[in-house]
Amino acid sequence: MSQTWAYLSNYLVYSAMGVYTLSFFAHAYETAWAVRTPESSDSTEGNLLTKTLDYKRTEKVARIATAFMILGFILLFAGVIARGVSAGRVPWGNMYEFSITGALAFSGAYLGALRKYDLRWLGLFVSISVLLTLGTAVAVLYRPSAPLVPALKSTWLVIHVSAAIISGGVFLLANVVAASYLYLENMESKGGRKEWAKRLPALEVLDQLSYRLVAFVFPLWTFAVIAGAIWAESAWGRYWGWDPKETWAFITWVAYAAYLHARVTVGWRGKKAAWLCIFAGSTFLFNYIYINVWGTGKHTYSGL
Amino acid sequence: MEQQIIPEIGSLGLLRFVWRQLTSMRTALVLLMLLGIGAIPGSLIPQRSQNPMEVSKYFTDSPTLATWMDRFSLFDVYASPWFSAIYILLFISLIGCVLPRTFELYKASRALPPETPKNLSRLEFYQAWEGNGSELELASTWFQKNHFRIRISDGSLSAEKGFLRETGNLFFHLALILILIGVSLGSLYGMKGDAIVNKGERFINTPTSFDSITYGKLFNESSLSPFSITVEDFIAKYDPVTNAPKDYVLTVSVISKPGATPELKTVRVNSPLTFGSTRVYLQANGYSPVVTVRDSTGAVALQGPIPFLPQDGNLRSIGAIKAPDAIPQVGFVGSFLPTYERSKGNGAISVFPEPLDPRLLLSVWLGDLGLDSGRPQSVYRIDTSVMRQIGLKALKPGQTFTYTGGSITFEGFLPWVNLQVVRDPGKSYALAGGIVAILGLLASLFARRRRIWIRINGSQIEVAGLAKNGAPGLHDEIAEFVTAIKGEK
Repeated sequence: MSQTWAYLSNYLVYSAMGVYTLSFFAHAYETAWAVRTPESSDSTEGNLLTKTLDYKRTEKVARIATAFMILGFILLFAGVIARGVSAGRVPWGNMYEFSITGALAFSGAYLGALRKYDLRWLGLFVSISVLLTLGTAVAVLYRPSAPLVPALKSTWLVIHVSAAIISGGVFLLANVVAASYLYLENMESKGGRKEWAKRLPALEVLDQLSYRLVAFVFPLWTFAVIAGAIWAESAWGRYWGWDPKETWAFITWVAYAAYLHARVTVGWRGKKAAWLCIFAGSTFLFNYIYINVWGTGKHTYSGL
Repeated sequence: MEQQIIPEIGSLGLLRFVWRQLTSMRTALVLLMLLGIGAIPGSLIPQRSQNPMEVSKYFTDSPTLATWMDRFSLFDVYASPWFSAIYILLFISLIGCVLPRTFELYKASRALPPETPKNLSRLEFYQAWEGNGSELELASTWFQKNHFRIRISDGSLSAEKGFLRETGNLFFHLALILILIGVSLGSLYGMKGDAIVNKGERFINTPTSFDSITYGKLFNESSLSPFSITVEDFIAKYDPVTNAPKDYVLTVSVISKPGATPELKTVRVNSPLTFGSTRVYLQANGYSPVVTVRDSTGAVALQGPIPFLPQDGNLRSIGAIKAPDAIPQVGFVGSFLPTYERSKGNGAISVFPEPLDPRLLLSVWLGDLGLDSGRPQSVYRIDTSVMRQIGLKALKPGQTFTYTGGSITFEGFLPWVNLQVVRDPGKSYALAGGIVAILGLLASLFARRRRIWIRINGSQIEVAGLAKNGAPGLHDEIAEFVTAIKGEK
């Protein structure tokens, strides 16, 4: 019975990967095929080399890309649920499971933000990073579905890990937005946006958006850390012990606190703020990858 | 010739200067970043508090480097002077920043909202229309219903709302101080002790019962709760495929204070026993081989369970059996294998943590155990430098090994559990701080401070608003307000 669910989960994850691939290609097509080469009649006017972008040509493909993204999200969601059913618990017991849930949270954060902001231009990046994460999970991190070790048998697993994974998804999205800011800022300072980048949001919008995302999710991250402390108190006999994972969660918290202060109180904007945002986000990634795989300490549940 | 007078700063002035620098936002930001960066080495270098074995490995592998690292407290980062300096300065800076703001908020909350500006049309969300005269009254009702604070002037109302933002922000920062107080109380008045208890044995919570105990500077031994715990049963279940533990269940009978009736309780990894601010955790488990050692005279020199320390996930355990009363003195360096198998490369190993085919491997040493010298030594090791090895043997339960000078019988084995007793009187403060911090944070990030004004100018009604920090949503709120005072449904 649990085997059937485990296989079902695997198939769903594979299907999700297929659909995310389709979404990726649709996004790529949208970006690339919007370029209209100058028609021969224009050549007399001397703008022979000017290529223009016409997104009306690719609007349909773009919609399909987003539809695929939603379908991929639904399949992956079902895959994560099936994985949980197969093990009779929440699917957050090892690094394979963290990764598929993390990919789910990241594409969920993107789709959620898409409802409010025009972020479709990020779709190419989001679909490729979800694909890479799922690919790594399936190829390198996969472990058979198994019950939890005693220390993880707690309601706090649901609360603490879900809060941490959702925060992580949003932090990464904020990072991507900040990175796009830096890229476009650099392009603008070198003589203006290239044709393909003209459709992307204005710099101020990106700047605001990465801040909004962080401000929105910072309380959740605080909660994830505190929930972890409460759990650690009942499982390990202390609520804080400077375990490497705890330390890096703290560093991430401090880095984002510094970012929020820098923005709100000191008035940092633009490049400086974007770099600080990326720094804070990379402490989260470092915690997830390095400490899980090579680190020591009590949070060694990666199963690797 | 005129002499230029240079104003002396003086010590008071200097103090004021330092205080101002310390409590400036830029300093706070630098300290915050330093705190984050300062926490990094402790996660990459082994720490004494978590991994003393790794630390001593540094000292044996490269003593000079380790000594230098130790001078900078790199093995005790989180208790080091420099790390403490960062967070103490940060908290002073925080207090210096938060206290004045608290007074300001208090004053502002008692004062009336500012007067209605003369020229409303310059402000955001300005609207004007011909009114019917009842607007001010309706506006006043609406403001009260929506918990605005109102200043009533001649022909105009000035209303303000959203002090929750600043209040939440202040509570968040004050909560951080509360957490720091909780942590300090815990480390000053707290204690932590570990005791290995065999199945069937009783643990009494006194300082001498612990194998290891650490306590805070102001801890008082008399504050140890006088409970006792008897280990009735311990069951560990493992997954037959992955060998990973599935469940640990410890059954104990507890006497909460002398004279109380014993109660049966169950302890699991995530559900410790609680006695006020003291909790008892199930932190580790292993096996104690039960042996009987007879000496050359045939007398029983040692009998009972000897705890062995697990070395891997399959509970291959090592330990030492010392019989100082035997004539001559005898010691056994042993390993216990719950499920024995002989592998080509590694010799005898255990392949499963449950005792499916247990074996006790012994090497027998005769000579001085060194226990009378007074030098402290580990109960799990024997210093064999002045001893002589006289035999090697693998025993199944019930078997006896006879050597020249005595015999040892492997009677069986018992599970042991490591009870960790932790007293932390500060943790409830830290928890309260954590909860207040989150609530304050939510308020400070999502509450909006804004003002709405309304003025009657003849028969003309003017309305305008102002959102602090560019907070969104005032547009809709003013639309709602206008609808309400126009009497439209």
